[in-house]
Amino acid sequence: MTLLRYEDLSITLPGTARPVLDGIGLTVGAGEAVALVGESGSGKSVTARAALGLFPEGARTTGRVRVDGTDLVGADAASLRRVRTATAAMIYQDPRAAINPVRRVGDFLTESLRLVHGWTRDRARGRAAELLDAVGLPDPVRHLDQYPHELSGGMLQRVVIAAALTAEPRLLLCDEPTTALDVSTQAEILAVLGRLRRERGLGLLLITHDIELAASVTDRIYVMYAGRIVETAPVGDLFTTPRHPYTAGLLGSSPPLDAKAPERLVPIPGAPMGLLESAPGCAFAPRCRFAEPGRCDQAPPPLSDHGPARVACHLAGELTLTPHRDRPGDHHPHRNQEVR
Amino acid sequence: MTTDQPPLLRVEGLRKTYRTGAAEVVAVDGLSFTLRPGGALGIVGESGSGKTTTARMLIGLERPDSGEIHVQGRPLAASVRGRAARLARAKAVQIVFQDPYLSLDARITVAATLDGVLRLHGTRDPAERAARVRTLLARVGLGDREAAALPRHLSGGQRQRAAIARALAVEPAVLVLDEAVSALDVSVQAQVLNLLADIRRDTGIGLVFVSHDLAVVRYVCDEALVMYRGRTMEHRPVAELLTAPDHPYTRLLLASVPRPGWDPDSISRRRRALDPLGAPAGP
Ligand SMILES: Nc1ncnc2c1ncn2[C@@H]1O[C@H](COP(=O)(O)OP(=O)(O)O)[C@@H](O)[C@H]1O
Ligand SMILES: Nc1ncnc2c1ncn2[C@@H]1O[C@H](COP(=O)(O)OP(=O)(O)O)[C@@H](O)[C@H]1O
Ligand code: SF4
Ligand SMILES: [Mg+2]
Ligand SMILES: [Mg+2]
Repeated sequence: MTLLRYEDLSITLPGTARPVLDGIGLTVGAGEAVALVGESGSGKSVTARAALGLFPEGARTTGRVRVDGTDLVGADAASLRRVRTATAAMIYQDPRAAINPVRRVGDFLTESLRLVHGWTRDRARGRAAELLDAVGLPDPVRHLDQYPHELSGGMLQRVVIAAALTAEPRLLLCDEPTTALDVSTQAEILAVLGRLRRERGLGLLLITHDIELAASVTDRIYVMYAGRIVETAPVGDLFTTPRHPYTAGLLGSSPPLDAKAPERLVPIPGAPMGLLESAPGCAFAPRCRFAEPGRCDQAPPPLSDHGPARVACHLAGELTLTPHRDRPGDHHPHRNQEVR
Repeated sequence: MTTDQPPLLRVEGLRKTYRTGAAEVVAVDGLSFTLRPGGALGIVGESGSGKTTTARMLIGLERPDSGEIHVQGRPLAASVRGRAARLARAKAVQIVFQDPYLSLDARITVAATLDGVLRLHGTRDPAERAARVRTLLARVGLGDREAAALPRHLSGGQRQRAAIARALAVEPAVLVLDEAVSALDVSVQAQVLNLLADIRRDTGIGLVFVSHDLAVVRYVCDEALVMYRGRTMEHRPVAELLTAPDHPYTRLLLASVPRPGWDPDSISRRRRALDPLGAPAGP
């Protein structure tokens, strides 16, 4: 069952040269983990917020965002409230920004249960303790009486996840949930999210700039560049057979943990296109080593089917982009060797 | 390098505790290492392991409770009085933080910031300074447009390059980088990691590269020191550390780096199993 479905969603902010989101199509099913990957400024957070019906002030929005069937573009206040309180919940990068520092963890967790659902204090506290236990905090009852500053970033992010679970949502939108955490704590948070997905059948949209992380914990990946989906594929395919030069570039610039990996990374030259710039053709062309004048700069490449993937590149059928690592016995001096 | 040449940086028995109310935190405990000219040491560990405290002691922002820091054979002054001593310490060790705004002046252009540093360190001739600013910025891949820009008009990666150029302007013996690439997008992070490798190769400057991410350390450093709760767990050449990690905590750190087939559940369990044992003492 599809919980979240973007249909050709475009958002244009006033005074900008290109849409911040341009024809986004994306789905997340119940129990499915899907990643949206891209560099900062590509439009990931705007996409995530749209799934709560939060659109930028003054923006022109076309297309649809359906959460459990309800279209949030132009939805009335009652439907928005229903989606936000009962169907979908968001987890942000910085847990400290999501929690009032002068209130105890227990008050933060029980507030909506008591105000929205009218539960008694004891019942709400009992439920909050259960949720803290579910997200793997060692001593739930004690944590209820602690203040945020007494908890580490990783513990606090678990509190935020517990808070997101109070309404028993079916869809979790996780916007860079581990970016502020160190690698070991990141693993713990992802273990929690993975367990929730398996045990409660939650749909998970994981938004991250880290393609390795995305590949490690999700089923499908959407790669976003300058407000467009440029490639989507099942994780295995995307990692072994990237079909868009940007995807291959992301893989080539991610440092692998391999003692035998070559000495230098292969960065993507230049920087992403801002909202005040636009291009008649492919937005990645200025950074793309395969860009062909006359072909790539005429019209934006549409997403089209290539094997198990969908790819938005004019040369997609012609390029062979080999990934650069994790192939036993194959350690090239130049990573990310592309062959035309 | 001859054997009687002193190491670029020698750290001996460094210890730092913080007291908050009744509680005492040992942030760094018994830290010792040396760095040869042109060497690059990675300091790795989860948050709270004492990495930033170490970095702050290395640049004299924090005074160790005990232990010594020697740069090119001379003790690093824990407190400096007077302009000459301050400049000398700046020439010994420079730092680049995760947030480049800590190194740049938000109100003036990048070129003006670098110019100010050069003037402070005694380059009198404005034309000479201007030429040097251009060379320094070119060194980190920035051109005239970026030179004339205010920091907020640069991208995150450009700002971090500018912060690195500012540190290099002082021509320090040692450059400390505290999570300097952690906030950058991977494509830009790769540019900066390659830049650091080039700087190392071309200048003989010593790098202390602090990060929670072993995968990036591997790209810049030849040795890595793994810290946990202030203590040194393991200090080895990076290649060895990656292929034959000795300490269970190092193995956990390695396992924590996401990769296909990754099992965060088992990492979570291993981390818990390790914690109650406490941290075994260093190597
Ligand atoms: N409410 C808004 N008003 C104006 N610009 C915005 C707003 N929200 C996002 N943007 C701009 O839209 C672009 C995409 O932002 P965002 O979705 O936050 O990117 P990401 O999450 O991928 O880093 C950025 O250039 C950002 O500055
Ligand atoms: N100014 C301070 N006051 C009190 N405790 C501190 C201070 N700075 C750091 N600490 C504590 O010292 C320990 C090491 O911190 P830090 O050096 O910042 O670690 P890292 O950089 O590895 O995350 C932590 O327990 C931290 O809470
Ligand atoms: S369309 Fe052309 S410029 Fe764009 S990614 Fe494909 S090859 Fe590169
Ligand atoms: Mg974002
Ligand atoms: Mg730190």
